[in-house]
Amino acid sequence: MADNIIRIEKVTKQFAGGAKAVDDAHFNVERGEFFSLLGPSGCGKTTLLRMIAGFEFPSEGEIYIDNQASSLIPAYQRPTNMVFQSYAIFPHLNVFDNIAYGLRKSGLSGGELKRRVNEALGMIKLDGFGARRGDQLSGGQRQRVALARALVKRPKVLLLDEPLGALDKKLREEMQIELRQLQKSVGITFVFVTHDQEEALSMSDRIAVMVKGKVLQIAPPQELYEAPGNVEVASFIGSINLIDVTVKSVGAGEAVLDGAGFGQLRARAIDDLKAGEKLVAAVRPEKLALVSSRPGSGSFVEGTVKASAYLGDRSHYHVFVKGRTTPIYVAAQNAERAMTGGFDTAKSVYVTWDWQSLILLRR
Amino acid sequence: MIFWDFFGLCMANGGNSHTGGVGCGRCQFLSRWRLARNRVVVRARKHLSVSSDHGGASPGFFDRLRAFYLRSDAAKGYVLLSPVMLTMIALLAAPLILLVLYSFWTQVGLKVDTNWTGDRYRELIEKQAYVDIFWRSIQMSGLVTLVTVGLAYPMAYFVAFGVKKNKFIWLILLTIPFWTSYLLRAFSWKIILGYNGVINSGLISLGAIQEPLSFLLYNQTAVVITLAHAYAAFAILPIYVSLEKIDRTLLEAAADLGDGAWARFWRVTFPLSLPGVIGAAVLIFVPTTGDYVTPALVGGPTGQMIANLIQIQFLKIGDWPLGSALAISAMAGVAILVMLFATALQLAVRRIR
Repeated sequence: MADNIIRIEKVTKQFAGGAKAVDDAHFNVERGEFFSLLGPSGCGKTTLLRMIAGFEFPSEGEIYIDNQASSLIPAYQRPTNMVFQSYAIFPHLNVFDNIAYGLRKSGLSGGELKRRVNEALGMIKLDGFGARRGDQLSGGQRQRVALARALVKRPKVLLLDEPLGALDKKLREEMQIELRQLQKSVGITFVFVTHDQEEALSMSDRIAVMVKGKVLQIAPPQELYEAPGNVEVASFIGSINLIDVTVKSVGAGEAVLDGAGFGQLRARAIDDLKAGEKLVAAVRPEKLALVSSRPGSGSFVEGTVKASAYLGDRSHYHVFVKGRTTPIYVAAQNAERAMTGGFDTAKSVYVTWDWQSLILLRR
Repeated sequence: MIFWDFFGLCMANGGNSHTGGVGCGRCQFLSRWRLARNRVVVRARKHLSVSSDHGGASPGFFDRLRAFYLRSDAAKGYVLLSPVMLTMIALLAAPLILLVLYSFWTQVGLKVDTNWTGDRYRELIEKQAYVDIFWRSIQMSGLVTLVTVGLAYPMAYFVAFGVKKNKFIWLILLTIPFWTSYLLRAFSWKIILGYNGVINSGLISLGAIQEPLSFLLYNQTAVVITLAHAYAAFAILPIYVSLEKIDRTLLEAAADLGDGAWARFWRVTFPLSLPGVIGAAVLIFVPTTGDYVTPALVGGPTGQMIANLIQIQFLKIGDWPLGSALAISAMAGVAILVMLFATALQLAVRRIR
């Protein structure tokens, strides 16, 4: 059995007079893992995090932190610390006292306190900022102080509630890398809440996708993106084209399908596939390519470019395929330098793909 | 001339945007035409002897005033302030200056000798009775402040943190005592505390006492009780505002870092509500030190305060200079004490970490 620092067992949270914010969540977080809770706003991910922190108590189920049933232990007695979305830097204290806040509670004082706080200041690269007040810091610096204040307590689990949401794009990307490195070096389990899928994909060891209070899939980033477990996960993570298909026949590891507007399609078979079953075939936009002349073999479909957008490193196309109401979304890498070209609107094109990149999903 | 400039601009645009070659007939025509126009303009300006670039007549006084007003934030500020500022100057600053002047003069019979002298102040310091009553006033209003802020804090805390819905109604309820006149409130305390008052007759009918308690009214305690009630809302509202402003996430952060409820209050809530506490303390301490209605009504001989003494000097004895000196020293004393108190409290709270 893996060493699980957090075990969430059938946890449900129902607010008075409201829908279930968290519905029967059941999963583990391994020790030393960078675990992300990913979902749209209002999906219950923050509620789940707050239950781990001890600010909310589950209506049903149990949360084990380091093998101790913790769901009813108040926040101030838990071995967890949190980085708040708004950072919650104490405005009446300077940076040093903010970081020392939790340590003073643990009875630390004098030289040891100073050493620990200065060590934390060094870790977040804010040496010499101890005397600054909270309102004299930039957003990025406040975020670092919040991080140091939580980490200096050496928690068993660090909880992060969208800590990068308020930063601008460039700083956010820097902090993503820094956070990841920090997590590896301190070896503390991070539970990271975000609605930003790129952030979750780039930082996490594993991601739990939550939609409407339910945990839909827990998987490493690559698996989540390349082999989503269901349609909801597939459409939440990245963009995806969905094609309604009917299974015609099932061969060895391969299925032949009939798709609306696509004619006959090939895809890798999934378990328990039966002829006549109705499924969804999904394919990522970047797995598709556009060519102007009819390919001799392979998977392709004819269509008309409805709209195109040039984004520098890549171009996006909406291709209208007969028999479909929604256009096919193609993301083409602009691998070669070209001052003209691309595919003009209303041009007749062929969308091609490798048949193995088609993912079969059950509704 | 405005017409000319406007027309010139149109022509210039026309000249730039038409796509004829260099030296084409139309261009030459246009440039010659423009030269001719400029000559006309220059002649016209000379004729009118106006130096404005825009070629308009110099703006009138009201135009310039208007421009100054629109450009200057300070002017706008003073205009907005002026009604209050004029009132304050007429009704507050002027009498205050008069008071200062009087305090350096001497009362001779019914007349006032306007030769400068510091004798009134010397008199105040040398006469022990004046010093005593000043200190007694300070002590009493200090006690009133302490009691009022102490009682108001939990109420404000309750409304800010405990009440989830209809906070506004709670705030209105807290100010209900203020819907009657100050004088009536003082009188009602007289009824409650009096010899045949509510408390005494209540206790007698319960059989707790045989004789009415005589220590309830006409002493310092009665003054403190009455003032504390009268000024309650002045304490509740500022403290409420400062508590309401506290970001609740800060309390969660404190809990997360290991603080229980009391530690959270002491280390986060209280320091952050300090501006409200200081505001409330000043709002109570300053006016209660100078209050003379309540001590006059419920204070009795031992409950008299500095304001009663000032009133006696002005209205009964008729020594305006001495009354003025008393008023000025009381004001200065209160101001110094308030500053010391606020600074000391801030320094003390800064040590909470």
